[in-house]
Amino acid sequence: MSTSSGSPESWISSFCGLLGHEYFAEVSEDFIEDDFNLTGLQNQVPMYKEALEMILDVEPEEDEEEEEEEEEEEDEEEDEDNDVEMRDENGNSVPYRRGAERRHMKVANDITEIESSAELLYGLIHQRFITSRPGIQQMADKYELQHFGSCPRVFCNQARVLPVGCNDIPGQETVKLFCPSCLDVYTPPNSRFQSVDGAFFGTTFGCLFFMTFPEFDVSAKGDPLNLAATHPAYAAPSPTSQAATNPAAAETVKHSRSSSLTSTPVTATVNPNLPASLTPEPLPVQPSHLNGIATSNLAPGLGPGRIHEPRIYGFRVSERSKTGPRMKWLRMRPADMNELDESRRWHDSYGGTEDDVQIGGGGENGGAQVEVPSGRRKKAARSRKRGVGVMDPGAVNGGGLEAL
Amino acid sequence: MGYLEFFWALSPLDLVRETFVHIHAWLSERTVDPDEAEFLADMNRKVDWNDDVEKDEFIGLMEYFHERSSSSEDLSWPEVFISSRGNEYFCEIDEDYLTDRFNLTGLNTDVQYYQYALDLVTDVFDLDCDDDMREQIEKSARHLYGLVHARYITTTRGLAKMLEKYKKGDFGKCPRVTCNAHPLLPTGMADLPHVQSVKLYCGKCEDLYNPKSSRHANIDGAYFGTSFQNILFQVYPALIPEKTIERYQPRVFGFKVHAAAALERWQSSKREEMQERLRETGMEKCFKEDVELEDDMEEDEEEVAGLDGADDVLAE
Repeated sequence: MSTSSGSPESWISSFCGLLGHEYFAEVSEDFIEDDFNLTGLQNQVPMYKEALEMILDVEPEEDEEEEEEEEEEEDEEEDEDNDVEMRDENGNSVPYRRGAERRHMKVANDITEIESSAELLYGLIHQRFITSRPGIQQMADKYELQHFGSCPRVFCNQARVLPVGCNDIPGQETVKLFCPSCLDVYTPPNSRFQSVDGAFFGTTFGCLFFMTFPEFDVSAKGDPLNLAATHPAYAAPSPTSQAATNPAAAETVKHSRSSSLTSTPVTATVNPNLPASLTPEPLPVQPSHLNGIATSNLAPGLGPGRIHEPRIYGFRVSERSKTGPRMKWLRMRPADMNELDESRRWHDSYGGTEDDVQIGGGGENGGAQVEVPSGRRKKAARSRKRGVGVMDPGAVNGGGLEAL
Repeated sequence: MGYLEFFWALSPLDLVRETFVHIHAWLSERTVDPDEAEFLADMNRKVDWNDDVEKDEFIGLMEYFHERSSSSEDLSWPEVFISSRGNEYFCEIDEDYLTDRFNLTGLNTDVQYYQYALDLVTDVFDLDCDDDMREQIEKSARHLYGLVHARYITTTRGLAKMLEKYKKGDFGKCPRVTCNAHPLLPTGMADLPHVQSVKLYCGKCEDLYNPKSSRHANIDGAYFGTSFQNILFQVYPALIPEKTIERYQPRVFGFKVHAAAALERWQSSKREEMQERLRETGMEKCFKEDVELEDDMEEDEEEVAGLDGADDVLAE
């Protein structure tokens, strides 16, 4: 047996079949058997060897004659005969035969310990496996079948999500769901996932998945929540219109509709940055790809018409109100995607060399030392603040690259 | 009957089995009305006897059942309505409010059999009619109650009632990880009925989420209206949650992903612009981090002062 998929009785498939383990892919035994893939795990997992044997359903040598009853059931399903046989022949030499032996309490502690070690080890291998080619492919199949559910956010319109961790170290956080449509993470709706460790999926998987499969359309399929009926501004802009070669017309329509009620909460203030996006001028030609991904796939659940606009009796709540909106930035996305082409924008306005960046950024930063420099983030933020007028892409880029 | 006490004393899986048996025994002593039959069927579906049980779901069912079984005959129509399953988001409308015609202005055009529905809602209904008609009127009554509810919850007393439910977390918790399970508020995306189902609003991230349970997905958003949650925070400004600039950053092997990071920087620049605008109007500290920054600054100033003092001593 080279892969676990063939035998439904293997430890791996029974583990993946447990309630709450629906997100797991079945790691192929080839992958586990390759020692390279297990590098470093020995130190992280107690009773590593036993745990590994349990995962692979390997019997210790003296146990040859029992090869045919290899199955390791999660629940104590084994019948009475089996139990007796087990005890007589093996005593406590087969500690992972937990079904039979737990009742005899000979090595009960060992068994539960190995069991939890095996789960931990499987989880850590799983974290690596799903970033490998066969693993990510398996997850892609699950993703296509909607095994991971959909985004709870209304404006994501039931976009499909992926399980991710917020930490790569086990025991820190439970599994979360990453929505590519709003680039945010959510707690799974069902409480049974509260016991699944996020590290078993890892921080890398979510993004790597969409880098591996750029052809997946992450936007919602149609309008399942019928948001279009709620307000014309919520009508889904067809995902292709943004990436099309001449989307100007479509964009304009969308914009003139939404400008009266969504986003750009700046109507009152004079800001040289905004008129361009406020007036319904046709947008320049939109790039179909930017920063390495298709623009239509970059957070399609965000942007104009995808931001909640608080209203009281139909009137928008002003930003200046104490209760006014403060978090719209989190759901914003430029109507003109060229604004995200940082390097081009920087070269357009400066066209200089790296030295210019340093002098410009460093010098003015020095002059603007009003606040306590508390790390890179703040510095980047301040350089942005300084450039309110032109949204100084040089500084932004400088900060960004630094942080990257 | 006391099965809730009974219920709490047991471990989850035992508890489900035992309680189920218990209820069956109890039901066999009396006739089962259609609602209860439906409930039992529903429970049977929910409870997979070989698996673990959705505990929250089950507790919800149990509580509902408890309430129903305790006194369903002498309950008024609104009380029955409030305690029925799926109507957990509603609060009970004061009778004075409901009987004041002024509060019902304009609803007669929206609701079929308006007068009968109103009679039913106010428990003065005594029309003899067939079941179909009765069903129609019942439906209208629920619609009417919902529409009045949207108006009621923006009044002082309605707000107070909803506030209680909000504090108890009756409307659920925000699924967004960074919001840290902040309690939600029910809201509509439209004030007209039959447009969009009820949504949940998180005051911390200011976004809308779909209710987890499908039984809430059929409630009309107009029964809560678009204004309610904003009015609530206007009336109780102390409850405005602290906003944070903290966010999720997609990473691959510890490195930020360029496309997402570029968008993030762009969003941050928009936030900075907003903060700048607010600062001009004298409103600072809109984010938790601003407050913390200020604290840091004060601490630093103290330190600096302390160091200066030390210098002075040395100089002397």
